[in-house]
Amino acid sequence: MEKHNSNRISTIILFVLSLPLFILYFFFFLDVFTVPSTDSIWPESFTLVHWRFLTETLSGKPSIWITTLNTLIFSGCVVAIVLVLSSTAGYALSRLKMPYRSQLLGTLLLLHSFPSVSLLIAIFIILQMIGLYDSLVGVIIIKASLELPFGIWIMKGFYDTVPWEIEMSGVQDGASRFTVWYKLILPQIYPGLAALSIFSFISSWGEYVLPFVLAPSAEQQTLSVYLAGLLSETTAVDYGLLKAVGLFYMLPVMIFYIFTHEKLMNIYGGGGGSKG
Amino acid sequence: MKIILKKFSKNFGQVEVIKDMDLEIESGEMVALLGPSGCGKTTTLFAICGIHNITSGQILFGDRVINNVPTQERNVGVVFQNYALYPHLTIYENIAFPLRIRKMEKSEIDQLVQEYSEMVGISNLLSRRPMHLSGGQQQRVALVRALIRKPNVLLMDEPLANLDAALRLRMRSEIRRIQQETGITAILVTHDQVEAMSMSDRIAIMNDGKIQQISTPTEMYSDPKNTFVAGFIGNPPISFYNGVLQKNYFVGTAMKFELSEATLSNGIQEEQKLEIGVRPEYVHPNFGDEVEGKILFIEPQGRETLYDIELDDGQVIRSIQMGSQQYQMGERIQWGMDHKNILVFDENGENIFSKLYGTSPKL
Repeated sequence: MEKHNSNRISTIILFVLSLPLFILYFFFFLDVFTVPSTDSIWPESFTLVHWRFLTETLSGKPSIWITTLNTLIFSGCVVAIVLVLSSTAGYALSRLKMPYRSQLLGTLLLLHSFPSVSLLIAIFIILQMIGLYDSLVGVIIIKASLELPFGIWIMKGFYDTVPWEIEMSGVQDGASRFTVWYKLILPQIYPGLAALSIFSFISSWGEYVLPFVLAPSAEQQTLSVYLAGLLSETTAVDYGLLKAVGLFYMLPVMIFYIFTHEKLMNIYGGGGGSKG
Repeated sequence: MKIILKKFSKNFGQVEVIKDMDLEIESGEMVALLGPSGCGKTTTLFAICGIHNITSGQILFGDRVINNVPTQERNVGVVFQNYALYPHLTIYENIAFPLRIRKMEKSEIDQLVQEYSEMVGISNLLSRRPMHLSGGQQQRVALVRALIRKPNVLLMDEPLANLDAALRLRMRSEIRRIQQETGITAILVTHDQVEAMSMSDRIAIMNDGKIQQISTPTEMYSDPKNTFVAGFIGNPPISFYNGVLQKNYFVGTAMKFELSEATLSNGIQEEQKLEIGVRPEYVHPNFGDEVEGKILFIEPQGRETLYDIELDDGQVIRSIQMGSQQYQMGERIQWGMDHKNILVFDENGENIFSKLYGTSPKL
């Protein structure tokens, strides 16, 4: 009975605390589809005028569809690179006997703690030198390498939970080390892979500073840069349009998150590897 | 297949775990590596299957040296302590895994899996996943998965350690039956002497990285080579007592008795330090009167009763007697020992009676 009560109390507290968020979201959705009134908090009429950016290219802006495609390519490539490299590097760091392993792990953690802004100038110069400045490829490489330390650590944690005997058993059964990794170990850290791909997808979908600085020209633009561009118009800012683009930008992540948030929690649950 | 270890040594960095170990296992034989934890028995097992490289010496399968043969090609079946089943595969897929790796025909795999799973009575579980099986069932799956590719040798690392007592008893005889049925050479690693004695043809008892004695279970019990073996084998354990030889008598601080001709003819000298070992069943009221002291502790065990007798110098000698409790705690008694079955060890802890006396380096 007591437990029931305390549950109810915490629910109420949480509700009250998140009330401002609900209100914010409510008006956000409302404003996107209506013409705002100047003297009342309730809007005047329904409209789709804020969504005009979907059908026509705004002046001085690239097409929204190209931008969306760019963002998809950017996020997709980062996820792919992070998954492939983290799952192999994490395995090596977890299982293979190699010199300076603990130092390597320490360095990875150090890399993870660098804010990307502090590296920006150096990265800018390097990209320009190797001719990848202002290209999506350059940004993808940079973003992926910034995500990697975290990914490798997470994957190492998941590999650590897989019993060593399973691997040895596979080797005894006649399989090569690669086959063992691919057929016996990977399926067991699937929750980790899923969580990591969601995490890095959301992270790169929301990435702003890197594409803004390293790939500024119109044909390389991602949605975050497009959205920010609306704010820095020299004329008055069209807030209806800004909000509509914002919603358009947010939607994929929201939908994605609704379906996958349980898997995402695996990362924080201390690795969800199966028990032997 | 015959397995031979020749002067096998294994170091981990500076630590010498196994030193110059020699062991021969006949084809079709089941040998138990028995010893306390940290004695190197699992290291030996892992060296045979190739998980560990060996530091020096040779390992032979038949007459082929396999020191540098990769693990995958040694064709060794291993049952790990935690079974190491593949959790994401069904039991069928688990058992079929080694065959599929060998790219065997599907129909052939089907037939083999069916045949082997029937042998251990798990053919009705093939579609389940390991986590839905009980410990004993998982054990059988691990065993069958190790056996199905007809390995040169079957290695088992503490296979019964994760089972409850009743199941352990049943699996003991079952593993033995399957081993004999398939005629496979097998090595069992265990720290449980009962397991080693009941399951194997011969026992290799290890301590500090060295084999102390290799014998059949019966011989190991009646003719231990040294005090370590005598103390490790037997439950309840043997009792030891220190003394010296004085004019044909064994003299300790609280016990004295005349040694037999047979003992004296083994080359022991006057004033030599000796240690006798006597198993609990050879201490009994009917045997004489040299064990004098008071009963310190009584453990009724149903069929038998175990008495701990404290001699006047504080040393303890155990006695086990059939039937229920006949004496009281603290009671003073004067019991005897069956002199034919007293083991006598010299100052190095070597059994002077043993056939193996003086045949190999001392402890």
